[in-house]
Amino acid sequence: MIRERIFISFLALVITVQLLLLVGGHREALRDDRVGVSAKRELVKRLGLTDLALWTEARYTRHPSQADLFTAFQDFPASFDHFPAGSIIAPDPAGLSTTLQVRRASARGQK
Amino acid sequence: MIRHLKILEYALSSLYRRKFKNLAIFAVYAFTVSSLASILFLTQALKTEAAKVLVAAPAMVVQRLSGGRHDLIPTAYVDTIRGLAGVGAVKARVWGYYYDSINKSNYTLLGVEAEQAELELIEGRLPRGPEECAVGAGVSEAQVAGVGDDLLLIDAGGMGQDYVITGRFRSESRLWTNDLIVFSAEEIRRFFGVPAGLATDLTVEIHNEREVATLARKIKRLLPDTRPITRHEILHTYETVFNWRSGMVLAVFVSALAAFCILAWDKATGISGEEKREIGILKAIGWETSDVLELKFWEGMAISLSAFAAGLLAAYVHVFILGAPALVPILKGWSVLFPPFALTPYVDLYQIVVLAFLTIFPYVVCTVVPSWKTAITDPESVMRG
Repeated sequence: MIRERIFISFLALVITVQLLLLVGGHREALRDDRVGVSAKRELVKRLGLTDLALWTEARYTRHPSQADLFTAFQDFPASFDHFPAGSIIAPDPAGLSTTLQVRRASARGQK
Repeated sequence: MIRHLKILEYALSSLYRRKFKNLAIFAVYAFTVSSLASILFLTQALKTEAAKVLVAAPAMVVQRLSGGRHDLIPTAYVDTIRGLAGVGAVKARVWGYYYDSINKSNYTLLGVEAEQAELELIEGRLPRGPEECAVGAGVSEAQVAGVGDDLLLIDAGGMGQDYVITGRFRSESRLWTNDLIVFSAEEIRRFFGVPAGLATDLTVEIHNEREVATLARKIKRLLPDTRPITRHEILHTYETVFNWRSGMVLAVFVSALAAFCILAWDKATGISGEEKREIGILKAIGWETSDVLELKFWEGMAISLSAFAAGLLAAYVHVFILGAPALVPILKGWSVLFPPFALTPYVDLYQIVVLAFLTIFPYVVCTVVPSWKTAITDPESVMRG
């Protein structure tokens, strides 16, 4: 029975530590929601910030939300992307979500 | 209950007999789970941070497009937009980028109106005069300059300008301000040489959130050369960037998952002669097929549960305690002023459940199914090989 006890103790220990970290993290997140987020919101509001300051290498990675519409091909159409961040930022899904077909009344009459 | 515990005990002994092989499987399994979970934790934390904070972003930013590119916008547009019903304050902003050739890094320069109220996330204060500036922690470190020190920058006319740093944004705001240098509104215009009557873009306050899309359409109709970007679109951008189903995150995720599938497949097809003989002997001494299946189920669960739990724990420590050192080189790219991660641990339980389902379930199935095939064969033929 010793192996079974060791296994169950190991599993219980790992899961307990994980749960403690998750609960601790959740409490930290709640505290941050109360204190940190309001301060950050005030900062974003006052400075009018629109983007995270993560990638500073190019305009379209520093401000993805403000970038030109053809972001990945900023320099000229079909140019290769320069930076790894460009491969993390995926383009919006292409294509139409709905379509509406409009036909001339005469064409419909012929059918 | 005792019967199940006995079978578990036997399963653990069985695993222990092949300890090096199982230890290797445990290590690979835990590493795969840890890689997948690290990506999920990191992207979820960044996405939640962006979603929670960007609700305070301008309701709408209006850019002018010229030749399909962002261009300076006439400040006369402010009055046109302000005249629309439902629109609050409209502000013309001047901001831009500055390449620091010494540090080989880009800074974001921003002009703000002087106000009396100070920000909580700044040591010192925002600039009030033309020779003052406030800097982000990344700029401060790159320039080795803090509050009270001087910052020398080259303006649009090629002249060196000396500024006194009156404020430094606190580290807690690094994700937002790391590369920022803030000037007074008048000084940034002079620094970049932006002519009077023009601005970089306009920020628009809108009283009713539900009217934003309608007002964006009206602005586009009144001023066809503009591009209104709503707060909803800004939030959507970050939802897309840090979505685990997109971009490189998906590529890493799929690679790790594929590696795991190979491991599970190898396990499924690779039931050894020794294991077959063991099953045959168990059947011969009176074990039922259901007992054999339970034994194999516990073997699979013992490895997958413990490896999953250990992998998840390692991912949590990696991302939220160590600051994701293994993922930073991938994310960083050419970004010189990449902020160190001090992320708030926003964890999505749904993602953990999905990850558990994608790893534990197939592994256990892959352990049980080949054993079931062996267990239903005649014990004598199994033992004879």
